[in-house]
Amino acid sequence: MAAIEFNNLTKRYDSGIHGIHRLNLKVGDGELMVLVGPSGCGKSTLLRMTAGLEEVSSGEIRIDDRVVNHIPPQQRNVAMVFQNYALYPHMTVRGNLAFPLRMQKQPAMLIEERVRRIAEILDLTPLLDRRPKALSGGQRQRVAMGRAIIRKADIFLMDEPLSNLDARLRVEIRGEIARLQRQLAITTLYVTHDQAEAMTLGQRVAVIDRGLLQQVGSPQEIYERPANAFVARFIGSPGMNLIQSSLYRENGGIQLQLGPRRLPIPQRVLTDFPGLATHSEESVLVGIRPHAIHLSDTDSNETLPARVCTTEAMGHETIVHLDTALAIDNSHQARGDQTHLLVQLTGHHNFSAGEQLAIRIGIDDLCFFDSDGEAIR
Amino acid sequence: MSRRRRLNDQTAPALLLAMPALLGLLLFILLPFATALVLAFTDLRLGSPLAVNLVGLDQFLYLFNDPDFMRALLNNLLFAAVAVPLQTLLALALALLLNRGLPGTLAFRTLFFMPVVFPMSLVAVIWSLIYAPGPNGMMNAFLQWASFGLWEAKDFLRDPLLAMPAIMLLSIWQGVGFQMVILLAGLQGIPQTLYEAAALDGAGRWRQLLHITLPQLRNPLIFVILVTTILAFRLFDQVQIMTRGGPENATTTVIYETVQAAFARQQVALASAMTVVFFLLVLAITLLQRRFTHHQREVA
Repeated sequence: MAAIEFNNLTKRYDSGIHGIHRLNLKVGDGELMVLVGPSGCGKSTLLRMTAGLEEVSSGEIRIDDRVVNHIPPQQRNVAMVFQNYALYPHMTVRGNLAFPLRMQKQPAMLIEERVRRIAEILDLTPLLDRRPKALSGGQRQRVAMGRAIIRKADIFLMDEPLSNLDARLRVEIRGEIARLQRQLAITTLYVTHDQAEAMTLGQRVAVIDRGLLQQVGSPQEIYERPANAFVARFIGSPGMNLIQSSLYRENGGIQLQLGPRRLPIPQRVLTDFPGLATHSEESVLVGIRPHAIHLSDTDSNETLPARVCTTEAMGHETIVHLDTALAIDNSHQARGDQTHLLVQLTGHHNFSAGEQLAIRIGIDDLCFFDSDGEAIR
Repeated sequence: MSRRRRLNDQTAPALLLAMPALLGLLLFILLPFATALVLAFTDLRLGSPLAVNLVGLDQFLYLFNDPDFMRALLNNLLFAAVAVPLQTLLALALALLLNRGLPGTLAFRTLFFMPVVFPMSLVAVIWSLIYAPGPNGMMNAFLQWASFGLWEAKDFLRDPLLAMPAIMLLSIWQGVGFQMVILLAGLQGIPQTLYEAAALDGAGRWRQLLHITLPQLRNPLIFVILVTTILAFRLFDQVQIMTRGGPENATTTVIYETVQAAFARQQVALASAMTVVFFLLVLAITLLQRRFTHHQREVA
C-alpha cells in the first residue's frame, strides 16, 4: 500500500503537444481516485506514466515518497487493468492468474493456493481451464481484475475497465470494484471518460481537460461547486446550462441581467459568493443545473418565455430543449454544440415542438463564472 | 437430397469459369504425378528398344540399395537438420531486431529481403565466385584477414568436408529474408498491451520473449519451419550449378539424383520412383504441420 504524489508532472510528445501539463495531485494511501475527462484529455497518459509505460518529460512521480520516474514497470509493484483486459490469449485463466506470481518466482504450492482463492473471490473457479477466447466480456473483465489483485501490489491502475461491457454489467461490476477496493484498501487510480462512473465510484474525483487538472474534490463538491465552466459542463447528465449575462450595480445592490429580465441578487447569495461584488459591471457566465429550472403556470416578472424545441423522454425524467431569449454560452463545451437551454423534469411530460412555456430560474440555484470560465466564489 | 440441391442454375457457369484453372491443374499437376506413380512400377527407359514391363516394387528396392540415392537422402536430411534451425533462429533474431523500430529499419528490411528475389542460379554463380579457390578467392581472403593470416586457402566446393557447409551457408543467406518477413508480420500482429501487461506483471525482456513473443508467434514459426524443411528437401539449383553433386557425392540430393536419372541416364522409371519417395516425404511433413496447427486452432 502506498500514497501517490504527482509534482509538476508534464508529458510532452515529440510533436510538442502536451499530454499532461504541470499536474500536481496527491492520492492518499488506500484511496480510490477517479480521473475523469473527455477522450484525449491526458488521463490515460497520466495512468501510463504512473505504471512506467510512458516516460515522464518533467516533474516527478512519487510512490510512497520514492521518486519512481526512472524505475521500470517491473519494479514498481503496480498492477493494472487494461481497457481491453490484455489477457494472455495463449494461457488458460489459471495461467493468466498465476503469471504475476510465476514472474515473482513464488513456490508452486503457494501459486496454486492463491489462484484458488482469487478464483473463489471472483467466481472464476469453473472457468480456470478455459482460455480467454472462450470467455464472455464480463468473465474476461473478472480475470483481468484477478490478475491484478493476485499479487500484493502497492497500487492498482484501472484504465477504463468497464468501457467494453454492456450497460447493465457495467453497473454491476462498478459496485463490485468499489467493494473489492474498500476490502483490499489498495490505493487505486481509476480512469474513465464516463462522468456517471466517476461520480458513483470515486472517493475523490480529478477532472482533467487538455492535459490540465481542472478540479479535485468529492463527487458532491465537484457537482455543486464546479471550479470552472468546463467542469460545470462536463459533470452531470446533462451538464450545467451556461448563460451569458452581466452584473450591474444598482440602488446599492447587484443585479443580474438574465435575458430580458433584470433580477436583484439577494444578500444571502452575495454572502455565499462574495466574489460577485468585485465582478459587478462585468459580463459573467451564469450556470444552472437542468433540474433546477422549473416550469411555471403563470407569466410573471420572474418567469421567462420559452419555446419547446425537442424533448427526450427517459421514462423517469424528461429532458426538454428550449429556445429562449437567453444567450447560451458555447465556448466551454465538452462535447457537441449546444444552443438550447436544457431543462430536466421528473416524470413523463408530453410537449409538442413549438409549444410555448414559462420557466422560472431560482436565484439560489445559480453558479457564477467570470469571462475566462473560472468560478466566482 | 442435399447433394442434388447443391446443383442449381449457377452450376454450369461456375464449372465453365473454373475450367481453365481445373484444366491446368489436371494437365500440369495431377496427370504428371499420376504418370510418375504408374511409371515408378515399370522399367521404362527413354529410347530403349525393349518392351516396358511392370516390375512391381523393384525400382524402390533398387533405390534403397543404391548408395548414391541413400547418400542423397542423407544429405537432404543433414541439410534440413542444420539449415532449418539455423535459418529459423537467424530469421527470428533479425525479425526481433527489425521489430524494435530502430532507425534504418526499412533499409535493413529491404537489404535482408533482397536475396530472396534474386534467382537462385544467379546467387549460385555469385557464390561460386565468392568460394573461388586460392588465397585470392573472396571467402578465403576474408577468412585469412579475420583469422590474422592463420587460415589456409581452401577449395570450398571441391572439399568433401566443406562443400555441404558452403552450400548451406549460401542457402541460409538466400532464404533467411523470406522467413524474416513472415516472422516480422507475425511479430507486428502481437498486441503491444500484452507486453505492457507482462512488464507490469514483472516480466523482463527475456521472459517477455519466452512467455509472450514465442507463444504468440507459434503459428508463423511452425509455418516457416515446415516451408523451410520442404524447401530443404527440394535442394537442387545450388547443387546443379556449384558442385554437380560432388565431390564424392558430398552434396548430391534427392532431386539432383532424380534429374540425373531421368535426363542423364534416361532411367525414367527409376526417377519416377524417386519422385514418389520425395512426394511421400513432403506429404509426411505437411501432415505434421496440419497436426500442429490444427492442435493450435483447437485451443486458441
